[in-house]
Amino acid sequence: MRCSPPFTVFKRACYLVLTLIVCSAERGLAQPAASNAAIIEQGEYLARAGDCIACHTAPGGKLFAGGRPMPTPFGTIYSSNITPSPDTGIGKWSADAFYATMHTGRLPDGGLLYPAMPFGAYTKVTRADSDAIFFYLRSVAPVEAANKPHDLRFPYNNRSLILGWRTLFFTEGEYKPDAMKSTEWNRGAYLVQGLGHCAMCHSAINALGGSSESKAFQGGLIPMQHWYAPSLTSNKEAGLGDWSLADISDYLRSGVSHRGAVYGPMAEVVYNSLQYMTDGDTLAMSVYLKSLAEGSPPDTPASTVPGAESSLLMSLGKTVYDAQCASCHGAQGRGMTPQYPPLAGNQSIQMESAVNPIRMVLNGGYPPGTAANPMPHGMPPFAQFLSDDQVAAVVTYIRLAWGNRGTAVSAGQANELRSALLD
Amino acid sequence: MLPCASCHGVQGQGTNNDYFPRLAGKPAGYLYNQLVAFRIGRRHYPPMNYLLEFLPDAYLRAMADYFAAQRPPLPPAAITIVSKDMLALGQSLVVQGDPGRGIPACAGCHGPSFTGMEPAIPGLLGLKPSYISAQLGAWRYGTRSAAAPDCMQIVAGHLTETDVTAVAAWLSTLPAPANPAPVPRGTLAMPLACGSEPN
Repeated sequence: MRCSPPFTVFKRACYLVLTLIVCSAERGLAQPAASNAAIIEQGEYLARAGDCIACHTAPGGKLFAGGRPMPTPFGTIYSSNITPSPDTGIGKWSADAFYATMHTGRLPDGGLLYPAMPFGAYTKVTRADSDAIFFYLRSVAPVEAANKPHDLRFPYNNRSLILGWRTLFFTEGEYKPDAMKSTEWNRGAYLVQGLGHCAMCHSAINALGGSSESKAFQGGLIPMQHWYAPSLTSNKEAGLGDWSLADISDYLRSGVSHRGAVYGPMAEVVYNSLQYMTDGDTLAMSVYLKSLAEGSPPDTPASTVPGAESSLLMSLGKTVYDAQCASCHGAQGRGMTPQYPPLAGNQSIQMESAVNPIRMVLNGGYPPGTAANPMPHGMPPFAQFLSDDQVAAVVTYIRLAWGNRGTAVSAGQANELRSALLD
Repeated sequence: MLPCASCHGVQGQGTNNDYFPRLAGKPAGYLYNQLVAFRIGRRHYPPMNYLLEFLPDAYLRAMADYFAAQRPPLPPAAITIVSKDMLALGQSLVVQGDPGRGIPACAGCHGPSFTGMEPAIPGLLGLKPSYISAQLGAWRYGTRSAAAPDCMQIVAGHLTETDVTAVAAWLSTLPAPANPAPVPRGTLAMPLACGSEPN
């Protein structure tokens, strides 16, 4: 049959109709009906597990509208709008495109995501969980807010450099359960390694902004934040090998425990994410985290023998401690748990890096307010009352008193961290 | 409240430091608004922003209610070092305003005794002049802001630096009033609409 002009028009119309059918079919896939409310609810839970809100919602801003500046050693990155806005968010995305982005770190147009987005962890997320998160995100209020361009210095503003980074540090692939371990352990590993993206902070970041898988969970200083994310594999740091599962679960879910309280950047994680996990998932993560440290060697006494200077620091430190700290933490450092954490035997005080105890003395802080602990007791800041010498002395004291095995801290170290909040 | 007490005093009475303000007796709505503003970074002071970042609304309300209910004595009136002319200018701006320049009297919103008005307009007594100057300055330069319409930004925008110094100095010389409580909600017909003070 020869094509007459009217037929061409008809064909075009047919094509248009077909396109519409295909489009609506796609839309049908992307927008679950009310019967899928359970999937959306599951997606909300998983989005909590992934702590999407921490980066994709600016402080005081609209939910998931992005625009949160994230300072990095390479410049400032702005998080993106992941609301269903068609033009400025992910309203035109399909579930396939969302999974591909989570799984491969590539945008639907082929563009490479900067590794500030933890796709190295999210690649482990299953297709079903990715879809649930996608459908949940499609259900939130759309916000018209264009993504801000990143403000990265040369040469980091060249996205093709990410290819090199990916070669070194990125392994694509969903979580593979370990058949030798329990279902509970595997569930915990899946959450910790995947959505929880714990390794983003708890692994040392090298000069290229990457961390190797073999060093996962071995701890490191968090760039730009001036907090030390302790190792989860060493019982000398935050290894949980000798914590009870109940204490680990309390710590993750309520923010306080009989062994220590959540502070610093971890407060954000508990506040926005971990407090919402079910008892089962919290216990699963606890089981996995505890197992990470179980093979680590026992503590060895610190080799630094306190010299004349640390003796002086110790005696000044005791004076400061008795006057300022003992009323809550106790003369013997036992605290009043769970609200006032113990200092005697507290791993976070004795770690090789003294950054965290110095910062707690300078800046104070509250554990996060959670459903299980809605009015946490906080610690006052002492930066304005104590001199560098006094800060060094009291931190030295708590690192060495009561059988603690830390090392002495200098006034210079205390002084360096005075500006940490201002960066 | 211990973390608050080290800078603001156990009862929120303030301390010797010029920039740590008295909190006691200010309306709870005002204190709550400030706590939220620090938490989300609208009000910028890193030690406060850091402390409040992960605390829920209900806890901030409880803190606000605690300090609003405190009634420690006001500090004795300050002996000011500014000139008599400066004090006269301060008094005139605070009590009468300057309608020609679009400046309403402070008393129009903050109360005839400057003890504030429920639920969200703060009292102005017991504050160091350097603190008041710093806040008015922050409003002038846009580094402090409140819910729209931001009446204080409008008022501060009409003030000169001299005005700010004069107002802060005169307020600090006022003796404690017989009743330090904020006046009840709706007592004053405010000259400007304020986003943080619902009608």
